[in-house]
Amino acid sequence: MVGPEQPLLPGTEAPGAEFERKADEIIRQYPVSRRSAALPLLHHWQQEFGFVSQRAVEWIAEKLALKPIHLLELVTFYPMLRVRPAGKINFRVCRTLSCALAGSHDLFARIRERCGATSSAGHGMYVSPDGAYSVEFVECLAACGSAPAMMVEEEEFERATIDTVERILAKSQASRATDGVQKG
Amino acid sequence: MVYRKVEMAEIGSAKGPTGEHRIILRYADEPDYTPDIDCYLRHGGYEQLRKALSMDPAAIVAEVKASGLRGRGGAGFPTGTKWGFIDHAKNRKPVYLLCNADESEPGTFKDRQIIYKDPHQLLEGMIISSYANHAHLAYIYIRGEMVRGAQILERALAEARAKNLLGANILGSGYDLDIFVFRGAGAYICGEETGLIESLEGKRAYPRIKPPYFPAVLGLYLCPTIVNNVETLCNVKHIVEMGGEAYAKIGTRNNTGTRIWCVSGDVRRPGYFEYDGGAITLGKLLYEVCGGIRDGNRLKAVIPGGSSAKVLRAGETYRIRRANSEGTMEEIEMTLEDLPLDFDTIAASGSMSGSGGIIVMDETRDMVECLNNLSAFYAHESCGQCTPCREGALWMHKILDRMAEGEGRPEDPQLLLDLSGQIAGRTICAFGEACSWPVESFVAKFREEFEAKAAQERKEHERLQPAC
Repeated sequence: MVGPEQPLLPGTEAPGAEFERKADEIIRQYPVSRRSAALPLLHHWQQEFGFVSQRAVEWIAEKLALKPIHLLELVTFYPMLRVRPAGKINFRVCRTLSCALAGSHDLFARIRERCGATSSAGHGMYVSPDGAYSVEFVECLAACGSAPAMMVEEEEFERATIDTVERILAKSQASRATDGVQKG
Repeated sequence: MVYRKVEMAEIGSAKGPTGEHRIILRYADEPDYTPDIDCYLRHGGYEQLRKALSMDPAAIVAEVKASGLRGRGGAGFPTGTKWGFIDHAKNRKPVYLLCNADESEPGTFKDRQIIYKDPHQLLEGMIISSYANHAHLAYIYIRGEMVRGAQILERALAEARAKNLLGANILGSGYDLDIFVFRGAGAYICGEETGLIESLEGKRAYPRIKPPYFPAVLGLYLCPTIVNNVETLCNVKHIVEMGGEAYAKIGTRNNTGTRIWCVSGDVRRPGYFEYDGGAITLGKLLYEVCGGIRDGNRLKAVIPGGSSAKVLRAGETYRIRRANSEGTMEEIEMTLEDLPLDFDTIAASGSMSGSGGIIVMDETRDMVECLNNLSAFYAHESCGQCTPCREGALWMHKILDRMAEGEGRPEDPQLLLDLSGQIAGRTICAFGEACSWPVESFVAKFREEFEAKAAQERKEHERLQPAC
C-alpha cells in the first residue's frame, strides 16, 4: 500500500514519441471505454520506466481524461505495480504451497544472501545496497508442477535452484562486461 | 474410454505416454509442434471455425448444451446453460465474450500449457464461442505474470487477423469480431468473473453483487457478457467437431469430456494429465502416473481442486451416493485412492474438483505450516471489500502464524473453526468460501496436530515461511 509514509516518487520521466504512439495503440483496443486502458498504460509505463511515479499517474490520467486518483487506486491495489525501482535484476520467487513444499523459501533466503539483498523496500521486497539486485516473494505463478517457480523480469524459470540464480548472475555480468567493451 | 493400466516403463515425464486421452493437449507436447498459425493449420486448425460459421449461432449453443460441458475454471457450471442466459431475441445491447486466463488458483497450471503451446486452439474456440453468442468484441484476461503468454497470444491474434480469421467479415461470413489481450497485475481476485470485469473496466477488481450483476445480464460495461475459462473455450472447438451428443459420450454422465489434472507437491513425477471425466482414480493418478509419493514416504493429505478446495486426509473413507450403470442411485464406500476424478464424486467426498489442481502432502509435512502458507495467500489476496473476508482472512493467518511460531494458545484450533464459520456465505463473492474452506477442513481433519501445535512451547524449528 502507498500510505502517507510511502508516497509516490515525483518522477522526472519524459515519455517519448514512440512511447506515446504505443499508448495510443493500447487505447484503441478499448473502443467502448478509455478507462479500460488504465491498467494497460500503467503496465506500459512500468515496463518503460521501471516503476510508477506521480508523473506516471498524472500523465496517464490526462491521457485517459481521468482523475489521478483513478490511477492511484489501481497502483495501491495491484501487487505487480511498483512505486519504487526494483534492483536491476529482480528475482521473483513463488511463495505459495507447492513451491514452498519444493523449497522456494530456502531458495528465497539463499538469493537474499547471495545478492546481499538486505534492505527492505516494502511490499516484501529486499534490495542490495547498490540497487543492483532485489528479491521478492510473489504468489502462485501457475507453474506448480515444476516447482519451485521463479521469474526474472519477463523470463520464467522452472525447478529453480541456486545454480539457476548463479547462471543468471553470470550471464548478466558477462553482458555488462560486453557493454563496457563496446562503450569503451 | 476405460482407464488403461499404465506400465511404469512407459512413464517418462509428464509428457510421456501415461494412458491419457488427450483432446485439448493432443498436440501441445509433440516435439515438432509450434505455437504459430502455420503449424496449427497443418494440424487441421480453424476447420471447425469454418464449420461453425456455416451454422446458425443458436445451433452451436444447442450443441454445447447437448455436450454437457461444464466450466473448467473451478465452479463447474454448465457452459450451455450460461450461454442460454442471454435472450438474443430481446437483447438490444452489445454482447461481450471474455476469456478468463487469470489462472491463479494455487496448484493449477493447465491453462498455461494451452496458452504457451497451442494458442490458436484457444483463439479458434473463442471465435466460435463469440459467434455463437453474437459477440463482436472479446478480450482475453491473462494474468500479469504470464508476460510471455501475453506475447504469444498477441502474435497469434496478429496471425489470425492477417488470415481474416479475425476482424471484419471473417472468411466472407459477414461476421465481425476482434479480440484483444488484457493483462492483469497480480491480483488473484481477478479470476472471479465479476472482479475480472471490474478490472477490465479500469477499476479495482472488487467483485460485484449477484443479483443484479450477473455477467449475462449486467457484465462488461453493463452489457450481457459471457466469461469462460481457457480450457472451457477450447472444448467448444471439439464439440463443434464431434457434435454435442458424441462429446457427451466421453467421460461419465454429468462429467463429460476430458479434464486436465495438475499434480504438484510431494509426488515423484508431478505434471499435468488429461483424462476422460471419471476415467482415472486419485490413487492411480498419484501412485501409477505420478510415480507415488516422493522419497518413498507415505501420503498424508491431498487438496483435490486448487487451494480453495477442502483437504482430503489419507486413510479417510467416504460414503458416495451416485447413479450406477442402470441409472438408479446407490451408496458405496470409497477410500481416498478409489475416488474417480470428476466433478460429482469429489463433491460427494466433501471437497471439490475445482480447477483440477491437485496438491499432495506427504507424512513429513506439518499441517499447521501448510495451512499457514495458504492462509498467508488468502490474507494477501482478499480484495478488502467485505469485512468478514478482509478481517477474517488476516485474522486466521495471524492465528496460524503464531501457532507456527510456537506461540499458539490452546483455544486457537477452536477459534480458527469459529472464525472460518463466520466468513463463508457472508461475502459478496466466493472468496469467503475459498479462504475459509481450507481452514475449516485442515483443522477439522488434523485436529490433534493443531491442538498439539497450539500447546507447544516456543522453540526453534524449520519453517516453511522464514521470519523475514
